[in-house]
Amino acid sequence: MSTVADTSILARRGGLAGRLSDLFWRKPGILLLLMLTPPLLWLGIIYLGSLIALLLQSFFSIDDFSGLINYEFTLSTYRQLLIPSNFDIILRTVVMAVMVTLASAVIAFPIAYYAARYARGKWKVIFYLGVMLPLWSSYLVKIYAWKLILAKEGILTWFLAKLHLLWLLDAWLALPVVGGSSLSISYTGTFIVFIYVWMPFMILPIQAALERVPGNLIEASADLGGNPAQTFRFVLFPLALPGIIAGSIFTFSLTLGDYIIPQIIGSSRLFIGQAVYAQQGTAGNIPLAAAFSVVPIVIMGLYLWMAKRQGAFDAL
Amino acid sequence: MRSDRNTSAPLGLKIAAGAGLAFLHLPILLIFLYAFTTEEKSYQFPPPGLTLKWFAVTWNRPDVWEALGLSVRVAAISTAIALVLGTLCAAAVSRTKFFGRETISLLVILPIALPGIITGIALRSAFSFAEIPFSFWTIVLGHATFCVVVVYNNAVARFRRVSGSLIEASMDLGADSFQTFRYIILPNIGTALLAGGMLAFALSFDEVIVTTFTAGQQSTLPIWMLEELVRPRQRPVTNVVAMVVVIVTFLPILGAYYLTRDGDQVAGGGK
Amino acid sequence: MTAVLFQQVSRHFGAVRAVDSVDLAIAEGEFFAMLGPSGSGKTTCLRLMAGFEQPTAGHIEIFGETAEGVPPYRRNVNTVFQDYALFPHLSILENVAYGLMVKGVGKAERLKAAEEALAMVKLPGYGTRRPGQLSGGQRQRVALARALVNRPRVLLLDEPLGALDLKLREQMQEELKALQKSLGITFVFVTHDQGEALSMADRIAVFNDGKIQQLGTPEEVYKRPATRFVADFVGSSNMLPPDFVEMLGFGRHHASLRPEAIALGDGPGRKHVSGRVTAASFLGAANRVTVDANGTRIAAMLPAAVAVPAQGEMVTLSFLPEDLHTMDGA
Repeated sequence: MSTVADTSILARRGGLAGRLSDLFWRKPGILLLLMLTPPLLWLGIIYLGSLIALLLQSFFSIDDFSGLINYEFTLSTYRQLLIPSNFDIILRTVVMAVMVTLASAVIAFPIAYYAARYARGKWKVIFYLGVMLPLWSSYLVKIYAWKLILAKEGILTWFLAKLHLLWLLDAWLALPVVGGSSLSISYTGTFIVFIYVWMPFMILPIQAALERVPGNLIEASADLGGNPAQTFRFVLFPLALPGIIAGSIFTFSLTLGDYIIPQIIGSSRLFIGQAVYAQQGTAGNIPLAAAFSVVPIVIMGLYLWMAKRQGAFDAL
Repeated sequence: MRSDRNTSAPLGLKIAAGAGLAFLHLPILLIFLYAFTTEEKSYQFPPPGLTLKWFAVTWNRPDVWEALGLSVRVAAISTAIALVLGTLCAAAVSRTKFFGRETISLLVILPIALPGIITGIALRSAFSFAEIPFSFWTIVLGHATFCVVVVYNNAVARFRRVSGSLIEASMDLGADSFQTFRYIILPNIGTALLAGGMLAFALSFDEVIVTTFTAGQQSTLPIWMLEELVRPRQRPVTNVVAMVVVIVTFLPILGAYYLTRDGDQVAGGGK
Repeated sequence: MTAVLFQQVSRHFGAVRAVDSVDLAIAEGEFFAMLGPSGSGKTTCLRLMAGFEQPTAGHIEIFGETAEGVPPYRRNVNTVFQDYALFPHLSILENVAYGLMVKGVGKAERLKAAEEALAMVKLPGYGTRRPGQLSGGQRQRVALARALVNRPRVLLLDEPLGALDLKLREQMQEELKALQKSLGITFVFVTHDQGEALSMADRIAVFNDGKIQQLGTPEEVYKRPATRFVADFVGSSNMLPPDFVEMLGFGRHHASLRPEAIALGDGPGRKHVSGRVTAASFLGAANRVTVDANGTRIAAMLPAAVAVPAQGEMVTLSFLPEDLHTMDGA
């Protein structure tokens, strides 16, 4: 067993590796710096740099005659956001994001509740993958699937016709605002697809929050005479709320910034994402596009600040 | 929650949960059906007939192969970059306490926390400002940026499990920093990195919003699909491509799940 | 020869002085204990010897060679960790052979050495298992084999028996002691359990607040505690206030008196005190009686054969004058 020399301090290994290794031990700060430099350079310069440069452009304006950017500090671009046609876009997007978030919470809750409290063993895995696979499957394919479903000649029309309920669809489409000539070019269609694409992000945080609720709390409430509705209202819902808020951060933010769903399934009226896309692309008005981008950032900033005060980040 | 095993769920809850899962899965199943339809001009349901011919047609389409090839190359390179950057960041954040770790976590998460369109337009205006022409690398630049977080999330969770005393034990037994990394750290975080890499690949392979701003005239598979969605020209081919994309993205998700299922945090929770 | 030498060694973490100007000399072949409550600096001292920490000030030598600035992997010193720190992804045999592997010892040779080390800790044939498949006691033996296979000049043990149950702990105490004797390696171990330190160590350093309170043989530390802290921490002593000690005729000092040095009743050549019994409890091998003597609480450990006085009864207690140990200052 005596294979090691009988000294108490061994010589440093030769070469650069030995010297570097000793240096990392003596000065751990150097190793930390070496580890942090590449990601910080990448994210700090490429990402943050571009982001800040973009946001700064929102304080410039565009010359109406030449179409060139006027590099002088001004708030006039922000004032443009308030003109009715632009403000309508912001309002429409925020209302849609709120509706999508509320509807997602309602649909997600039973799934999360079942997975957290009743699913065991094999069913737990099935529920988990049953949420993860749609969540991760292709964004465009999901939209495409709904294009197939909502199309006039598609499965929904066929299904309603079989049930002799086409009159119901026609009545809905005849409604103002939510209606249209077909579901795939109406707000209703946009709303459904938004829910479909972003709702899975709501399930896991709610499930995580519910899993932390001890089962005997529900029994205690029933024991004290609470009926199921009261138990839900006074026990379950308040305890799940941080999870709902955590999930709503995703559904709300993702809906706010999306520009592809309303472009493919929806009416011709714009959402914020589309406005940004149009302003920077065809209109070439980078300052206004930048100002539009600031809107979801500010809204999300406020939202995150409120969510943090509710303790939602523990449920993420 | 002892009593849960004995009591089964109320019927209403079962129906609501089942309907919710069905709502999530039926549209995807529909994609599989449409890949076999004989109808060319519309989205008619039920399909008038079933055929395998569109698979052959798609197989012989050079534009699809080109888009697929570009997507795979972009995803591979972006994943590689994200693996390096995400692992470094996770190692730094979990191994040492230093001023500003919270800021670094936030910085890593920001590219997916903010709407993709903002990342996209910011990168595009930076490219045009710096007069960088669109290329393969401009796409990679964007993708790697938002893929870092997926690797980071997986690696951070695992680094926490590799307790500090394992590293000290290795050094105590005579291994220098490099040997400790090679023999102790890497084997312990390996599966987490593999899972993170798979998810990053899936994320990049599917990304369209940032890519529309950084691709120029190039066409990744999602861009190809987006064009088909906006202006449908070859529906049957799109149907087949959609099905293939679903399958290709499912595989890494299942793989990542099986690699991390024993862990305290399962991969993929935060896309 | 001196195995480990500390000269005025300090280790500060910000404003906290974890180790504060410690002088220490551990002889070659010694079984040395560092005893103290948590946060007393004993573990930091061990980490300074292993090389996981660097001293803020002072000088450390290992067998006459300067150790500060030398990373752990270049010190011929090995550690048995409190949580054992076995590598979960390696087999038991690979764990034990790890130190030889990274030093470049050939495969056949290092596996043979690892097998021998496992046999030495009475785990022959366990090499193919994983750490997760072993019990706590077995893991501890593996950790010991993994350190000893490198033939370290100093073996450091961080609370080596802390996680084991009582029976196993007593058995391991004997085994460790025997192993140390047969190998002749210097053992330095950290513990907060005074019984462990007293029964195993050749010498004990008692730590508090980053300083060594007393350094001596177990008998010295137990019988002649240098400070009130040592008297209180090692064993359970009666701390007698100066007024009380003066009344007994020992001068005005703080003093300590071991409960087991006290007997019921008086006798020739003994000092005695009287008081009322406030509590009595049966401990198996002995009875513990607490007496209130004019406001000073005195605990006595009486042999089980002696009848236990009832609560409230007036009793006389006595002890030999040499068992009362006076000390200066606090």
